[in-house]
Amino acid sequence: MATPDIGYDSGIEELPKSKTWLGAALEMMRKQPLGAAGGFVVLVMIFMAVFAELIAPYDPEANSFEFMLVGPSTDFLLGTDQFGRDLLSRIIYGARTALYVGFVSAFFGATAGLVLGVASAYFGGRIDLLFQRVLDVFMAFPLIIMALAVVAILGTGTQNVIIAITVPFIPQCARVVRSSALAIREIPYVDAARACGFSHTRIILRHMAPNVMAPYLIMLTSFVGQAILLEASLSYLGLGVQEPTAAWGLMLQGGAEEYAESAPWVAVFPGLAITLAVFGFNLFGDALRDMLDPKLRSR
Amino acid sequence: MYKYIVKRLLLMVPTLLGAAVLVFALLRMVPGDVCEVRMAGTGLYVDQEAIDTCRENLGMNDPYYLQFFDFIAGYVTFDLGESMWTGKPVTYEIGIRFELSLQLAIMATLVAVAVAIPLGVISAIKQNTWIDYFVRAFSIAGIAMPSFWLGILIILGLLITTQAWFGQPWMPPIEYVSVFEDPLANMSQLIWPAVATGYRYSAVATRMTRSALLEVLREDYVRTARAKGLLERVIINRHALKNALLPVVTIIALEFAFLMGGLVVTEQVFNLNGLGKLFVEAVLNHDFTLTQHLVMLVVAIFVLTNLVVDVLYAWLDPRIRYS
Repeated sequence: MATPDIGYDSGIEELPKSKTWLGAALEMMRKQPLGAAGGFVVLVMIFMAVFAELIAPYDPEANSFEFMLVGPSTDFLLGTDQFGRDLLSRIIYGARTALYVGFVSAFFGATAGLVLGVASAYFGGRIDLLFQRVLDVFMAFPLIIMALAVVAILGTGTQNVIIAITVPFIPQCARVVRSSALAIREIPYVDAARACGFSHTRIILRHMAPNVMAPYLIMLTSFVGQAILLEASLSYLGLGVQEPTAAWGLMLQGGAEEYAESAPWVAVFPGLAITLAVFGFNLFGDALRDMLDPKLRSR
Repeated sequence: MYKYIVKRLLLMVPTLLGAAVLVFALLRMVPGDVCEVRMAGTGLYVDQEAIDTCRENLGMNDPYYLQFFDFIAGYVTFDLGESMWTGKPVTYEIGIRFELSLQLAIMATLVAVAVAIPLGVISAIKQNTWIDYFVRAFSIAGIAMPSFWLGILIILGLLITTQAWFGQPWMPPIEYVSVFEDPLANMSQLIWPAVATGYRYSAVATRMTRSALLEVLREDYVRTARAKGLLERVIINRHALKNALLPVVTIIALEFAFLMGGLVVTEQVFNLNGLGKLFVEAVLNHDFTLTQHLVMLVVAIFVLTNLVVDVLYAWLDPRIRYS
């Protein structure tokens, strides 16, 4: 039976013809130019992080008192900092730190939120009510204050920063996932699965969780950008990643303000790297949301 | 309506109590305490006896339930105790910094509203044109740009332009003067951090304005307004915008609540002595009393703002009725 021609866009979309990666990428560039630009930035960052040893012209942690605060030149494309370290190399290695912290904390935060949110919706009743109140408490803390509290307990350093960023993400994701899972809970297949005698764990993880993948993925991508920003903020305050590790926020803390006038490149380039990275992840995440959430489509 | 407000006020009690338990427990997990930090700061030989007396004086050897009771009882007796670090009353420490933080939060909100609503409206009206793309990129950039970096850039820009124009570099004053005493000095200090945070904050609100307006513009009553031949300007201003602003009000109010305690990083960049800086200092000094009350203040502001937003919602939109 042919679809009747009703004179305007019927809302039925044609299946994409080409399924190759290149075809999909071209399709995305046409439909979501901003999203594709974001995806490109993300790819460049991943490339920088993975092949840092091959791309970086200098050792990011090597001091050189001969070349302190040298301006951008052919030897040092982005100049050097107050310890004579090459800024370009530190920014390339910094991508590794940012992505590592960003991906790991976003993944664990979103995944823990997914499991807790689905479980809360699945069990319902008093457990759900109690869980909501606990979420209220956690959500009442500003992100940075929650992260600061965790850093105060665990101390600084890359691993602890990851935990500090993961903790405030969990309730955020749990809340969003829970509201989606509440609708799934009412679909008969969940009852069918229970009638089959499956365990709660199995129903939550195998039957319900895969059906709230859309909000999960949306939260996950938005968390990566937020985590990079939060890591930079903590490192800037001196409570995050510690010297001599290359991290963008730390590069701004290391006296960027004192040398701002005489050596503005120290303050400008690392911030530009943070902004571009978060910009890329946000644009990519927005495009992903438009594609995954039909309600927001064509907006 | 009154019943609803009373119910919500009562529901705040478990949330606040939960926050109190959480912050109390978290602080007790922190290794070390204020006495060790203070002794280590003197750089002298650390006498175990001195640490013990210090702990005894601050009541840190009391059992936890007593300490918790003291903490909560402070809200009933209106005596919040003294800062463990400076020995001055908590209300004094918070009081001298509250005005700055409140003023900064209000100014950042004003900057955000002034930027966000016009941009969001233009972006929605010109949907999918280059203007729309530009506004969207501008607002996503605002979310992506760390406010402390924007702050550094602003200071840098000020130094360079004043150097070029007046021959000597100028920096915003560091000492806070109340707006009622010297409005000019006050503004010259606070306008820059307000812009740095307001831009980021406007970015969120711009996106919200845009998507809310787009949604409203698809409503039937907007079509009716168009059908009867109203000017597009009238449709937007009088029919669509009022309804679209509801979610914008929410997001602006909630961000405002977070600004009161969440300006930690901006205050660091501009060297402002506000609540955020006080919080970082209190945490680093292991000043439990001060940290506890500061966190409770931020949480209380947030929870209260939530309530105000919900009540405002019902007031703005007659379709919403709480029972």
